[in-house]
Amino acid sequence: MQSWLPFMPESASTIAPKVDALYFYLSGVTLFFTFLIAGVLTFFVIKYRRRTPFEIPRPVAGSHKLETIWSVIPFLIAMSIFAWGAQVYFEQVRPAANTNEIYVVGKQWMWKLQHSTGQREINELHVPVGRKIKLIMTSEDVIHSFYVPAFRIKSDVLPGRYLSIWFEATKPGTYHLFCAEYCGMNHSGMIGSVIVMEPTEFDNWLSGNANQQAPAVAGQQLYESLGCVSCHGAKGEGGRGPALAGLFGRTVFLNNGQTLVADESYVRESIENPQAKLVNGFGPIMPTFQGQVTPDQLIQIMAFIKSLQTPNAQPTAPAAPGATGSAVPGTNSAPSPTQNIR
Amino acid sequence: MNRKKFEETKPEAEEGNTLAESIAMDQHDSTHGHPALQHHFENMEQQREAGTIGIWVFLVTEIMFFGGMFFAYTLYRSQYPMEFASASNHLDLTMGTINTAVLILSSFTMALGVYSAQVGKQRNLVISLALTIFLGLVFLGIKAVEYHEKYVDHLIPGRLFPGNPFDPSGIHPLPGANPQKMEMFYWIYFAMTGMHAIHMIIGVGLLSVIMYFAARGRYGPEYHSPVEVSGLYWHFVDIIWIFLFPLLYLLGRHFQH
Amino acid sequence: MRAIETFQAPAPAKLNYLNAEYGIKSWLLTKDHKRIGLLYLGSVTFFFFLGGVYAMLIRLELLTPQGDLLSSTTYNKVFTQHGIMMIFFFLIPAIPASLGNFLVPMMIGAKDLAFPRINLLSWYIFIVGGLITIYALLAGGVDTGWTFYPPYSTTSSNSYVVATGVGIFISGFSSILTGLNFIVTVHTMRAPGMTWFRLPLFIWSHYATALIMILGTPVVAITILLLAFERLTNVGIFNPATGGDPVLFQHLFWFYSHPAVYIMILPGMGIISELIANFSRKNIFGYSFVAFSSLAIAVFGFLVWGHHMFVSGQSVYAGMVFSFLSFAVAIPSAVKVFNWTATLYKGSISYDTPMLYALGFIGLFTIGGMTGLFLATLAVDVHVHDTYFIVAHFHYIMVGGTLLAYLGGLHYWWPKISGRMYPEGWGRFSALVVFVGFNLTFLPQFVAGYLGMPRRYHAYPPEFQVFNVLSSAGASILGFGLLIPLIYLVWSMRYGRRAEPNPWHLPGLEWRTPSPPPTENFLATPIVTWEAYEFAPPEETEVVGVLRSDKNLEDADRPIDGEP
Repeated sequence: MQSWLPFMPESASTIAPKVDALYFYLSGVTLFFTFLIAGVLTFFVIKYRRRTPFEIPRPVAGSHKLETIWSVIPFLIAMSIFAWGAQVYFEQVRPAANTNEIYVVGKQWMWKLQHSTGQREINELHVPVGRKIKLIMTSEDVIHSFYVPAFRIKSDVLPGRYLSIWFEATKPGTYHLFCAEYCGMNHSGMIGSVIVMEPTEFDNWLSGNANQQAPAVAGQQLYESLGCVSCHGAKGEGGRGPALAGLFGRTVFLNNGQTLVADESYVRESIENPQAKLVNGFGPIMPTFQGQVTPDQLIQIMAFIKSLQTPNAQPTAPAAPGATGSAVPGTNSAPSPTQNIR
Repeated sequence: MNRKKFEETKPEAEEGNTLAESIAMDQHDSTHGHPALQHHFENMEQQREAGTIGIWVFLVTEIMFFGGMFFAYTLYRSQYPMEFASASNHLDLTMGTINTAVLILSSFTMALGVYSAQVGKQRNLVISLALTIFLGLVFLGIKAVEYHEKYVDHLIPGRLFPGNPFDPSGIHPLPGANPQKMEMFYWIYFAMTGMHAIHMIIGVGLLSVIMYFAARGRYGPEYHSPVEVSGLYWHFVDIIWIFLFPLLYLLGRHFQH
Repeated sequence: MRAIETFQAPAPAKLNYLNAEYGIKSWLLTKDHKRIGLLYLGSVTFFFFLGGVYAMLIRLELLTPQGDLLSSTTYNKVFTQHGIMMIFFFLIPAIPASLGNFLVPMMIGAKDLAFPRINLLSWYIFIVGGLITIYALLAGGVDTGWTFYPPYSTTSSNSYVVATGVGIFISGFSSILTGLNFIVTVHTMRAPGMTWFRLPLFIWSHYATALIMILGTPVVAITILLLAFERLTNVGIFNPATGGDPVLFQHLFWFYSHPAVYIMILPGMGIISELIANFSRKNIFGYSFVAFSSLAIAVFGFLVWGHHMFVSGQSVYAGMVFSFLSFAVAIPSAVKVFNWTATLYKGSISYDTPMLYALGFIGLFTIGGMTGLFLATLAVDVHVHDTYFIVAHFHYIMVGGTLLAYLGGLHYWWPKISGRMYPEGWGRFSALVVFVGFNLTFLPQFVAGYLGMPRRYHAYPPEFQVFNVLSSAGASILGFGLLIPLIYLVWSMRYGRRAEPNPWHLPGLEWRTPSPPPTENFLATPIVTWEAYEFAPPEETEVVGVLRSDKNLEDADRPIDGEP
């Protein structure tokens, strides 16, 4: 967008111009007040400079009226910024419908990415213009942060949790991908690039790298080899264990009377610590798989479970992983800051 | 005072006096008060007030200090209820109860001590302080026995004792409890009771100093704020335990049967 | 126009707090708040220049994009040490523990702080904490960033996290004890007639600071202690492997560390209130607004910690609440800036060094505060979080704000502290150099930040180089500008012109006693019969022109002598 303006980063996503517009508003307010204060200050300092060494000026009474005015006006301006910022943010974090999912695993010091069609990439991400992309992210070790300045998106990547963000690229090109949360020795080397391509070009790229197994397929193999089949059924229809088809986004009733909406973090916990949240009507018979599945494999299993979505399942609630991705009011109410962390 | 003249304030009758003499006079003036009056206070009343406000402000910081741990406890208790209940059931309820009684009793003797100081019964003051210190030591002794039991049961979390790793197999797990998460309970248990025990040790040391001065007759009806202040500290440490005991020992007992 | 009428020649005091006793022992065992203030002054200056050396290393390294001067591990340790030294050992204690210690009793007319022994103890605690931290630095350093985020800090192999954590834990207690002393002193030891609303604003802001110190510091103390303990035991409440939650650490950490920002800036605001009023010889505009805004900042400051965590996975709604509250906390600061500016109206403004620092403070603090709004705005923060934009913002608050206020206050009270005047020409020159150097250092970082340069990067993409070169050039000017006062202040202690008791001709209590003051501050307990900053009798008060319809109409219309 504002390529004619100096000092502006590349703007290559649908959200970027909105953030920039807000940024201009803020910059305008900042410049206005800075020059106002500096101007008045300079004026006073010159006009009322000390003329004789021992002069004493008359005191001036304070004025509640003036003070009220210059409390209320900044407050109103602040509220306008807050409301605008919150509105754009809401749009930023609202899980979009019809997204292509890409799985992101951060580790010291690289980004591992996998498309839902199976293509794996390291420190590079190819995406098409004009399609909504949702990133489902976790970390193998410490906290990282996925940051693409040209898209104005950033989200921390936490170990043991799944956060997600989405974007829609608008302009082909190669853009920086940074790790923004300090993660150790080679933090500044944990960078990569996002390559935005025209959709046809992207499809060519996809088919040129199609020899890799889709995560859902790999997940199915794990599902069978780990023995999940015996209780949850070959197609996730359930048995001694609860049904898995259509699980994501569904409300689950637990045996302690609580309910929750199934998301990545819940599924992960149920694999690693099955007794933690038992589905109503099922016994604590599942063994733990902690240490037997890597974060990559967990993602594959989840991809497989997602592929079991029954066609007539309600399409409204896509998986609402973690906090950032779950901002739809009325569905999975966003967890409190510390609630669903494990 | 002439408000237009911003010169230094001059005391009256200062002509010819050196500063040192005037300071000496000032100190001489203050000797009209109690010998325990510090030079920078105007009178005993001000000094006592400062001590009282000071200890209350200090106790506020202590509350914030323990508050961080209580917050963590609340968070994880709600996250791992069954694990916490199982691990909690393994604590020694008898010793915990005895310790609670010991501390409540010590608070009583402490209060007696403060009262004795106020009414000037020096002998009673020393006896009460000695009893309080003794009860504090009993508490710490019982706590040490409990800690040792945990050591023997392999319940020291983490790698503090590399030869004796955490092993939850001795705990009877309640349904739905993941043994691996019980380590968290013990981590919090040791962090909170350990921090409390350190406060007890400081309290015992403090009371010993007070007792030493009390035996030398330093406190009486006019001057006893050190006794009061240490008493408030002691009561505070007791109150922390009054919260720790149910949270760590009692909550979740009903799952046992 | 009224003029200051008489100035009595100072009766040179034979004995003052500096020469009342001699020898190292008389300093190390002193219970005099003024001497303890000087002990702190020396220690924080040492830590400041230590942190400054690290800052220079950072700027040198970032001259080139490749990261060729230092290895990445060294660089990570360098910026961590810079943060730890500057925040925990300079910014937090700088003003309260040195100038505050020296002046709080003098400004309220007391002989000392309420607990002189605790005051001395707090200095020793501070030194022990500092020495342990320096030991950690020499033994191998810490590479976690000053924020110590787990799980990195609990798993990083090449790092003395435990020693550093213990050092910070210990030094935290010095801050708690200082805060405790201030609160009790202000409550109980005010001189006769010194009512709450006659207190100088410096006292109000220190009172608010002390509240944060006693409420916030224990929380970070226990948090860092738990972190150190977790690193020892390898399990714990922040470790995801044992079911813990690394984000809990961030909550507890920022619950203190955001209010800690106000520990750093509130005392600076207090100094600026003093400077603005006194160097324009005016009563402060809206005394009670300014006084209460300090308390409001202290209270609101505890409710906004979550704005450090907008992208850390906390819930969207929590983010909104924290964003809203962050905007709310900006208002009291804005009121202060407007009231300071209004104080200058119809004043008699001098251009002495302290005033230059104060004017610089208002300008830089305005920019720092306004850019804080960018970070409180959810959508913009997502983009600029953890970039150089944030680095620039908080340096505007902490260097442009706190450091400038500290330097201004130091020059202002230097005659009282040392009994000597500093060389005025050098003072003004260095104030100018610091201002220019500072802006050149940190303005380019705003741009680099919005362009997307992440912070804590040892090497960076070449397109950011131009901003980093500008920044490094500015840093060298800034460093030079900060060395000048160090030299001439030390010089003036011996060779400076002797100071009068009241060189600036001010009404405050601390100026009504010899320079340097006697050990017990005043020759006799003062009795206060005047309001704060009362240069002229209140019955001459003029009501601001635009609103003069309310009252005092005829008085305000009366022509004023000497008005141009």
